[in-house]
Amino acid sequence: MSDALGRLDLLALDDDVADENRLLRSTVRKFADDRLRPNIRDWFESGELPARELAQEFGALGVLGMHLEGYGCQGSTATQYGIVCAEIEAVDSGLRSLVSVQGSLAMYAIHAYGSEEQKQRWLPGMAEGTSIGCFGLTESDAGSDPGSMRTRARRDGTDWVLHGAKMWITNGSIADVAVVWARTEDEADGTKGSVRGFLVERGTPGFSTHDVHHKLSLRASVTSELVLDDVRLPADAMLPGARGLSGPLGCLTEARYGIIWGVTGSARDALTATIDYACSRTQFGRPIAGFQLTQKKLADMAVSLNQAQLVARRLGDLKDAGQIKPHQISFGKFANVRAALDICRDARSILGGSGITTEYPVLRHAVNLETVYTYEGTHEVHTLVLGAQLTGLDAFR
Amino acid sequence: MNIVVLMKQVPDTYAERKLQAGDNTLDRDASDAVINEIDEYAIEEGLLLKEAHGGEVTILTMGPDRATESIRKALSMGADKGVHVLDDALHGSCAITTAKVLAKALGTVEYDLVIAGSEATDSRLSIVPALVSEALGVAQLSGARKVTVDGSTVTIERTTDTGFDRVEGAVPAVVSVVEKINEPRYPSFKGIMAAKSKPVTTLSLSDLGLSPDEVGLVASTTTVESYEEAPPRAAGTIVKDEGNGGAAIAEYLASRKLI
Ligand SMILES: Cc1cc2nc3c(=O)[nH]c(=O)nc-3n(C[C@H](O)[C@H](O)[C@H](O)COP(=O)(O)OP(=O)(O)OC[C@H]3O[C@@H](n4cnc5c(N)ncnc54)[C@H](O)[C@@H]3O)c2cc1C
Ligand SMILES: Cc1cc2nc3c(=O)[nH]c(=O)nc-3n(C[C@H](O)[C@H](O)[C@H](O)COP(=O)(O)OP(=O)(O)OC[C@H]3O[C@@H](n4cnc5c(N)ncnc54)[C@H](O)[C@@H]3O)c2cc1C
Repeated sequence: MSDALGRLDLLALDDDVADENRLLRSTVRKFADDRLRPNIRDWFESGELPARELAQEFGALGVLGMHLEGYGCQGSTATQYGIVCAEIEAVDSGLRSLVSVQGSLAMYAIHAYGSEEQKQRWLPGMAEGTSIGCFGLTESDAGSDPGSMRTRARRDGTDWVLHGAKMWITNGSIADVAVVWARTEDEADGTKGSVRGFLVERGTPGFSTHDVHHKLSLRASVTSELVLDDVRLPADAMLPGARGLSGPLGCLTEARYGIIWGVTGSARDALTATIDYACSRTQFGRPIAGFQLTQKKLADMAVSLNQAQLVARRLGDLKDAGQIKPHQISFGKFANVRAALDICRDARSILGGSGITTEYPVLRHAVNLETVYTYEGTHEVHTLVLGAQLTGLDAFR
Repeated sequence: MNIVVLMKQVPDTYAERKLQAGDNTLDRDASDAVINEIDEYAIEEGLLLKEAHGGEVTILTMGPDRATESIRKALSMGADKGVHVLDDALHGSCAITTAKVLAKALGTVEYDLVIAGSEATDSRLSIVPALVSEALGVAQLSGARKVTVDGSTVTIERTTDTGFDRVEGAVPAVVSVVEKINEPRYPSFKGIMAAKSKPVTTLSLSDLGLSPDEVGLVASTTTVESYEEAPPRAAGTIVKDEGNGGAAIAEYLASRKLI
C-alpha cells in the first residue's frame, strides 16, 4: 500500500474488510496496476480502447456480472462487486463503465427479464467476456425523460420490426448483443403499447452503429449511436419479463449502485497522487503540503472521501440485506459523484500546471466524472428523487 | 503428480523494511506482507504441471500467523491445500534451520516434485532449495527457466552466460525456478471464494518431532551482530534538457563510473 493510501484511511475503514474481500481488492488492484494503469494515458489520449481483449481479461478475473447468480456468474455480494468497481475506477471511469454496462445493464437485463433460452444463450459468454453487451435506452431527444422515446417496435406477423435510433450508448459498436428499449404499438387484441426490451444481435440487417468522436470525457470508453432501420427480429428476441419503463429503470438502479463505489476509486486515486505531489513539490523553500491552504484542501478532500466510502459501505450492507430502496441509491449517486468531482477539481489545483496534463491522473478523473455526473440519471434528477422522498411532492414535471 | 511448492511470506519489497531492536531480526509487522515474488512463479509452475499431469499442489510455508493470508492467496490461484509450520520458537531461524524444518514438514506429505523460488527478497540467500534437497537426499535442479516431467525424469533448462544448461534428474526432486519461467496468473473471484474452504494444516514443532532448542534464534548458525539504518534518500539530480540532455546524462553516468 502506498504511504498516502494508508494515511488516507482516516476512519480505519480498512480494519473491517473481510479477509476474502481484502484478497479480492488486492488482486484487482494488482491487475489494474499491471495491466490497465500503464496504458491508460495512451487509451485516453488516442480515444481508442482494446475493449475486446480487456473484456476477456475482466472475464478471466471473474468480475463481469459477478453479482448475478448462475449462468457462469459468481453470485458475489454487493459489497464485493463494489470493491471491484472502486479498484477499476481508480484507474479510469471509462474502464469501470465497460464493466458496469456489461454486468449491471446488459447482463442484468437478460438475467432479470430474459427467457431461460436467452439466459443460456448469452450470459455464460458475457461472463467470460467473449461476448460484449450494450444497453440502449437514451435517444438524442430523450435523455432524462426516457418515456418520450421515439424508437418503435411494430408487429409484423409474429416478428417485430424496430425503427429508431439510440444515442450515447457505451460499448455500442463493439457489442455482440444490444439490449434495445422500444415502444410497442397498441395491439389488435386491445393490449396497450408499452416500453419493451429487445435483444438485437450484431450484424442483424438494418442495425448499424456509429461511434461518437470528439469527446472530452470518458475517452477510454466506446460511445456509439445505434441506428435501427426497420430491423426485423423474431418474436423470441423480446425480453418477456419487462413491460414498461420499470424494466430499464430497474437495470439503471443496479448500475448506479456500482457507480457509488466506483467514484470513491477515482477520488482516492486523485487524492493519493495529490498528497504524494504536495509532499515532494517545493516552493518558497518548503513542500507545498506544509502550507495551511494546501492542508485545508487536503483535509476537506480526505474527509469527504472517507464519508463517500462510508456511504458506499452502508449501501452495500443494505443491498446485501435485500433492503435497499431506489431513493437510497439516488442518495449514493448524488453524494458520491459530487464529492468525487469536487475532490478531483481541488486536487487539480494543488498540482498547479502539472495538474492539467495526463502525466497525473487528476484532471483525467475530473473530466471523466463530468460524464458520471450526467449518465445513469443526472445529478439534478437524483436531486429531485431525494426532494420527492423528503416532501412527497414530485417536481419532475 | 503431486507437487509441493515452498512459499515464503516476505515484507512488501516496495515498503520500507526495518529490523527490530533487541534481537536484530526482521520486524515482520512493520510492513505489508506478500508472497515472495519468485514464489508466485513457483506456484504457477506447480499449477501448470498439475494441469498437464494431474495430481495436487500443496503449499508449504514456515512463517508467522499472518502467513495464512499468503497461503490463502496461493490457494485462490488454484493450489489444493496448505501446510503451515507455525511455532513461536521458530522466530529468528537461519537458512539451515529453516531448511531442516521444511524437510521435516515435507515428510508429512506425499510429493513427486518440490518447487521453490530461487531467492527470497528479504534475506536473499538463495540457499534454502539446496539445503532442503540435501536434507531430503534427493536431486536439486536449480534456477529453472523451463521444467518438463516425463515419467520419473524431470528436466530443466537453466540460463548461462553463453546459452543454457539442460539438467536432468530423477523424481522426487527439488526444483527452484526463476522469473523467466512463466507469467503467474491472477486469482479469479471464483478462486478466491473457493480458497476459503480448502484445507490448511497447521503443524507445530512437536508435530514435526523437533524441539525448540533445535530451531529459532538459539540454534541459528548466523547472527546479525550489528546494523545501520540506510541513509535517507538524498534528493535526486534533475537534468533539464536544453539541447544537451543526452550529453549531461552521459556525463552523470560517467561520474558514477556506470559507463
Ligand atoms: C459518455 C456517455 C455514456 C453514456 N452511456 C449510455 C448508455 O450506455 N446507455 C444509455 O441508454 N445512455 C447512456 N448515456 C446517456 C445518459 O444517460 C444521458 O446523457 C443522460 O440520461 C442525460 O440525458 P441528456 O444528455 O439527453 O440530457 P437532458 O436530459 O437533456 O438534460 C440536460 C440538463 O437538463 C436537466 N434536466 C432535465 N430534466 C430535468 C428536470 N425535470 N428537472 C431539472 N433538470 C432537468 C438535466 O439534469 C441536465 O442538467 C451516456 C452518456 C454519456 C455522456
Ligand atoms: C541475517 C538473517 C536475519 C533473519 N531474520 C529473521 C527474522 O527476523 N525472522 C525470521 O522469522 N527469520 C529470519 N531469518 C530467516 C530467514 O528469513 C529465512 O527464512 C531463511 O534464512 C531462508 O533464507 P532466504 O529467505 O534467503 O531463502 P532463499 O534461500 O533465498 O529462498 C529460496 C526459496 O526457498 C523457499 N523458502 C525460503 N524460506 C522459506 C520458508 N520460511 N517457508 C517456505 N519456503 C521457504 C522459497 O521457495 C524461496 O523462494 C533471518 C535470516 C538471516 C540470514
